[in-house]
Amino acid sequence: MQRLSEFLIGLLFGLGLLLSGMTDPGKVLGFLDLFGLWDPSLAFVMGGAIAVGIFPFALAKKRTTNFFGSALHLPKNDSIDKRLIIGSLVFGAGWGIAGYCPGPALVSMAAGQEKGLTFVIAMLIGMACFEIAERLFHKPKITA
Amino acid sequence: MAIDWNNFTPWLSLAGGVLLGIASALFILLNGRILGISRILGGLITPQTGDIAWRVTFLLGIFAAPLVFGMLAPAEIITAPRIDASYGMIILAGLLVGLGTRYASGCTSGHGVCGLSRLSLRSLVATLSFMAAGFVTVYFIRHLL
Repeated sequence: MQRLSEFLIGLLFGLGLLLSGMTDPGKVLGFLDLFGLWDPSLAFVMGGAIAVGIFPFALAKKRTTNFFGSALHLPKNDSIDKRLIIGSLVFGAGWGIAGYCPGPALVSMAAGQEKGLTFVIAMLIGMACFEIAERLFHKPKITA
Repeated sequence: MAIDWNNFTPWLSLAGGVLLGIASALFILLNGRILGISRILGGLITPQTGDIAWRVTFLLGIFAAPLVFGMLAPAEIITAPRIDASYGMIILAGLLVGLGTRYASGCTSGHGVCGLSRLSLRSLVATLSFMAAGFVTVYFIRHLL
């Protein structure tokens, strides 16, 4: 059941991305082009998502298990540090260059877009670079 | 600032956003996970035993979306994506997005949708940061270069 639910939720999320226009890089860049001809549509995507998400997430905060009875994993890290801000700025720059963020890129790849596939491969390499850098520069502390 | 009325799709975008919100809400309540694409994908780069299957089934659902959308959606709302960036720029963008989202522990879905829905200040700072960087980058590319 849990596997089926994951699949269907992934499908629903992908349909939401397609319906909203997030999978069209031209539309995303139209939203990010505040000083040109501005397309405000993406503000409606965010608004719609948060409006329906806010109460279920408030409920999730009060629970320790999911509806299938296993652990409910809410983020524990609430620190606002350099990694968060610099990482987000780097992500935003990449988002502004191509108009793809991770979810829509995966959908575009699955839709057979060659540039979507190219983007996803580069993104996976970027993620792998992060893992390598973490191993090189953030060695786990040895605790006695 | 001038509004691009020809491409403005408030209702479709709102409806799409509602689906994203429902999916995110179901994922935390039913499966107990934050629906964050960069984290779900990133976790597969260094796979941990017992932590792989849920990521794969979720991603298979995402991959099925274009096919199902093509069958369900009326032809007039299906538009061809406009991809202006060259291959070189696409590769640069992909590298930056992969690296940045992992350092920030989240992207538009994990911080933008889930984080803001659970009123996380950390996610608000992340969202404002990546949006600001997006605005500046597009300004630079479209109006300065």
